[in-house]
Parts: sequence; structure tokens; C-alpha cells
Amino acid sequence: MWEVIASNRRRSLLLIIGMAVVLVIIGYTGGELIFWGIAHHHQYRHRFGYTYQSYDQTDFNNSFYNGTGGMIGVGLALVILTGMMIAYFTNAESILMHGTCARELKRDDSPQLFNIVDEMRLASGLEFMPKIYLIDDPAPNAFAVGRKPETSAICVTTGLVYRLNRDELQGVIGHEIGHLKNRDVQFMTLAAVMLGTIVILSVIVRQYFWYGGRVRSRSSSRDGDGGAQIIILVVGLLFAILGPILAQLLYFACSRKREYLADASSAQFTRYPEGLASALEKIAAAHESLSFANEATAPMFIINPLTAATGEADSVFSSHPPTRDRIRVLRAMTGASFADYEAAYRRAKGGALIGSQTLKSASQQTIRAPSDEGPIQTRRDTHDVVRRYHGYMRLHCNCGLDISVPEGYEQDTIRCFRCGSVLTIPAAAPASPSPPKAAAIPPVIPGIAPPVLSSAGALQFHRTDCNSWESFRCACGRTIQLSPAFDAPHITCTACGRTIAVT
Amino acid sequence: MPIVIILLLVLVGFVFVVLVWIAGAYNGLVRLRNQLENAWAQIDVQLKRRHDLIPNLVETVKGYATHERGTLEAVIQARNMAVSAKTVGERAEAENVLTGALKSLFAVAEAYPDLKANQNFLALQEELTSTENKISFSRQFYNDTVMTFNTRIEVFPTNVIANMFHFTRHDFFEVKAPEEREAPKVSF
Repeated sequence: MWEVIASNRRRSLLLIIGMAVVLVIIGYTGGELIFWGIAHHHQYRHRFGYTYQSYDQTDFNNSFYNGTGGMIGVGLALVILTGMMIAYFTNAESILMHGTCARELKRDDSPQLFNIVDEMRLASGLEFMPKIYLIDDPAPNAFAVGRKPETSAICVTTGLVYRLNRDELQGVIGHEIGHLKNRDVQFMTLAAVMLGTIVILSVIVRQYFWYGGRVRSRSSSRDGDGGAQIIILVVGLLFAILGPILAQLLYFACSRKREYLADASSAQFTRYPEGLASALEKIAAAHESLSFANEATAPMFIINPLTAATGEADSVFSSHPPTRDRIRVLRAMTGASFADYEAAYRRAKGGALIGSQTLKSASQQTIRAPSDEGPIQTRRDTHDVVRRYHGYMRLHCNCGLDISVPEGYEQDTIRCFRCGSVLTIPAAAPASPSPPKAAAIPPVIPGIAPPVLSSAGALQFHRTDCNSWESFRCACGRTIQLSPAFDAPHITCTACGRTIAVT
Repeated sequence: MPIVIILLLVLVGFVFVVLVWIAGAYNGLVRLRNQLENAWAQIDVQLKRRHDLIPNLVETVKGYATHERGTLEAVIQARNMAVSAKTVGERAEAENVLTGALKSLFAVAEAYPDLKANQNFLALQEELTSTENKISFSRQFYNDTVMTFNTRIEVFPTNVIANMFHFTRHDFFEVKAPEEREAPKVSF
């Protein structure tokens, strides 16, 4: 595992250097040409000391090869790059999580999911436990975000949690943790930022060529054939046109490769590749499409959410490899390590993924047996988390059934579906009037407002179980939920403003 | 530029590169060793957690499976032995025995539907299963890291650094179940 991580880092560094070189080339050539064009435009010639008559080949050579234009171009490129980096790296998580209404899950909310993530953390050796978020969406999908290891988070949808058994869920979480361990999120963000900068720069250069062409042709016809001039012109134009396309190809190729690597990491961590394979099958077979994904966030998901429902195009511009290929490779594995994944990848698809040099010292690992499935009941509690946020009240019947009652249910009683007994919906009861004590009435101090006595309609609710969530209805109909950690003596209803004593 | 100065610069550059490499190799070894120690500590944490969960489990089961006294006592005994084991070998043995006892307890609990519907029992079952998984995952991570670490301190360039700074080989955490240890008996 460590060899793969190290090789990953080296390749990422090479990629970043490559993109930086492209950036600098575009910046330099574009800057040179634009600067030269501006400097020699007849309007500005007098500023730079050129007159119509004195303009000739030597002047051109001087201005071109002193490189000021190029430096300015590179400087501009770096400024744009820095600006975009700052924007991405300070806001990444909030932007990505913003439109998703994700709720953070604590350990008590869903012990099994928490345990699954904890197990993967141990298997991967991640230093920090990622936060877990739940998104209320029937489409099954999952993603990982994390600018720094301490702030990393994994989000799953309720659709995913509901459909998969323990091994499959563990495969998916292993894949996401593989992304975190390989630092894919930071890397793809960096690559995206560089890609964006290349695009911006090339747009600037292209626009200039398109609209400033007249200037060029007039000047170049005047000073004859500078061979170097033509070469730099051609190179600059080529990079400006092809640069964005090449950079995009590189970006998406990287994204696909990272997905395969995350699959390999998942197999290595869980020692059970069939888990992830059948999870991918189930996710790809689901017909709902994710409601909140867009192009910017698509690469982070386990399956491309934009094409999941409709089937995928297997193009060089897709951020994820085709699901059936991923499943094929996983199922062709005869062991559970990176070396086995590499062998399976070569058999199933041809071509190398990780590289034999890296895998020389990697070991073979055997696949473990599937785990016994715990009852699916233990994961329905994630749905309870969601229902709680929607104001549902939970009643417990003596026959063992738990009933979720939505807010706004008009009646005061409900019949249990299993045994038929009638349950009353707990409501805040009017406080029993305490016997008026003369000594209890505070003295009226002149100059200070008279004391406020408790109103006759004071409400109170008596808690029966302080170790779990309890809910009751306020007199106005609003459901109020008390968490096990609630220990104040009063609560204020957010709808009507009444204060209810909690005893 | 005189050739001497060029050569000198090349030499300085070379020495610089070598120093950087040494620093990198040393840091890598240190990181791996810390990961190793952390993984070992994690195994310990999970084992202890299992010990702490068992009394609760036994109490819950007692209320429902009143006829299964034997199985319950086996579990309690195995747990006490695991807590009191001292050397690594003893601990590995005791933990194995405890795993076996828990397996038979859960198998027995299958026959009691009331017990299986009890929320407390289900939560405990989930916790114990998860703890077993965590033990095996942290063990797996520990072994993977040990292999990488041992390889690195033994292959050529890095073994020089390793010897200089006294990095030593670590052992694998290998626990074979008692059944696996015995040679297969063949009888006709």
C-alpha cells in the first residue's frame, strides 16, 4: 500500500509540473505576442520610441527577445492561478457541501455506519476519523471531501444506506477512504484549478489573435520573414488552441485513473472486492438520479451522478470509468492486494495501472470470507435521523413497535399497527397549579417593574426516559423534540413562543 | 568560467542532493515506525474494548437464555483469562479462545427470538462484531506496515540509514487459530 501511495505522489507531482509548464508556455508566448502587438500598434508606437520610418527587423528582434512581454504574460498567468487557488482552497468544502442539506451523523445516531467508517479508518491507517454526513436522497451515491485531513468528511445518501448490505457499504466507504488516503481530493482540485487557469489564459490569447489580427499582418508584412517570429507565433497559437483540450484530456484521464486506484484501495482495505463490485452493480442499476449534483461536483462521487440513471458514455471526457469495467476488474481479482488488482486490471482491460516497478515489493493478500449480515433493523436508525429533522415524533408501543408520527397529525391518539392498542401522543400538559404561598410573592419594590407572575396557562412536560430522544406536542400543535443531552428546566416553542417546563 | 569552479559547483550540488535524499529516507522510516506503533496500540485498544463489552452482553443474555449457563460461563472464563494474560503469546491464545466462545454464544442466541428482538442485545451484537472486525483490520494494517518497514530497512540504499539510526526489524502479528495449528490428521 505504501509503495502505491508513494508512486501516486510522484506521478501527481509530474502532472502538476507538466501543467505548470504548459501554463508558463502559454503565458510567455501569449504575453510576448500581445505585448509586441500592442507595442507596435501605430497608436502606441510613439510611447515605445518607435516611429514608422525607423521600424525594421532589428527593432523587432530587440523587442521580441528581451522578453518583457513574456514576463508580463507569465506574471499574469501566475496571478490568475493564485487567485483561483485561494478561491478554491479556502472555500472548497462549504461550496461543495452547500447545496446538499447534509446532516452530520453522530455515533449514537447510527452506530453501524459509524462502525463501518471506523473499521475502514483502522484498515487504511488514516490519522483522523472523517466526519460522516447523511443526505436525504433516494439516489444511492457517496462522496468524500477534504481539504485537510482534519476536516475531511464522507457523505452518503439514504438511498445508499437503505439498499446495501454491510459488506457492500463497507466497500463503498473503503473506496471513499481510499480517495482520502491518496489525497485525491486535493490533487483533483489542484488539477482543476490549473485547468481553469489554462483555459482563461488561452481564451485571452485567442481573443487577441482573433480581434487583433489586422495589427499582426500589417506589422509582419513590413519586416519580412523573421523565422523565429513565425515559430513563436505558431507555437503560441497551437498552445492557445490545443492547450485547453489537452489539459482537459489530462484532467479526465487522471480522474479515471484515480477512480481505479480508489477501487484498488478499497479491495486492499476490506480484503473483499466482491463487496464493492456488487455495490457498484446495485448503484448502477438504480434508476433515480441525484437531485443536487452538477458538473463541478461530479468527479467526487463514486459513480458519475449525471449519467448514472441514463447509462454512460465511455468517452475520454468522462470523469469516471465505465461502471461495468470497474466491476469486471474487481471480479477478476484472485487476491485482495494492489498487486492482485493490477493483475486483474491487465487481464480485464489491458494496459498497466500502477506500474510493475512500484509493485515489486507489494505482497499478495487473500480474500476473506463475507461477513454475517447484521439485521437491517440496525441501519434503519439513519432514517430516524432524517425523520427527526423533519419533525417526526417517535412513539414506542409495548409490543415493541416504534411508530413515527409526522408533525401536524391532528388526533391525540394513534392505534398501534401491530397490536392495535391505543397510544396517546404526548403533549405538554397544563401545569398543576401550585398552592399559592403568600411568602412566595416577591415584594414590590417602588421604582422597579412589578413582578411577573406565572400565567395561569403554564405548561409542563414530564420526561420519562432521559437517555433517549423524546418528543411531545406543544399546545399550538408543533412537535418539540428533546435530545438525551437536554437538561435545561425550560424549553421555548419556536412556533408560538410558549415556555414549557421540563421536569 | 574556470573548470575548477564548475566542478566545485557540481560537487556541492551532488552533496546537497544526497543530503536531501538522506533526510527524506530518514523521515520516511520514522513515519513508518510511528504508524507501526500506532497500529499496535490500536489493536490493544480494540481488545480492551471487547473485554469491557462482555459483562454487559452476559447480563443481557442471562435474562433470556436461562438454560445456557454453560456457554455463558465459558465466555466469562475466557474473558477473565484474556484480561489476565501477560506475554504476547499468552494474550494471542487467550483472545483466540475468547473469539471462539463468543461465536458459540451468538450461535446459541439464534434460538431465542425474544433475545434477538431485544434492542440492547442487537446493539451489543453490532458492537462486538464491529470490534472483532476492527481487531482484524488493525492487525491487517499492522502486518502490511511491518512488511513495508522491514523491506525498507533491509534493501540497499536505505539500510545504510537504518543501521546508522538503529531502526530494527519488527515482528508480524500472526495468530493462528488452534485448529489451523494442528497438522491435519489423516486416518483410513
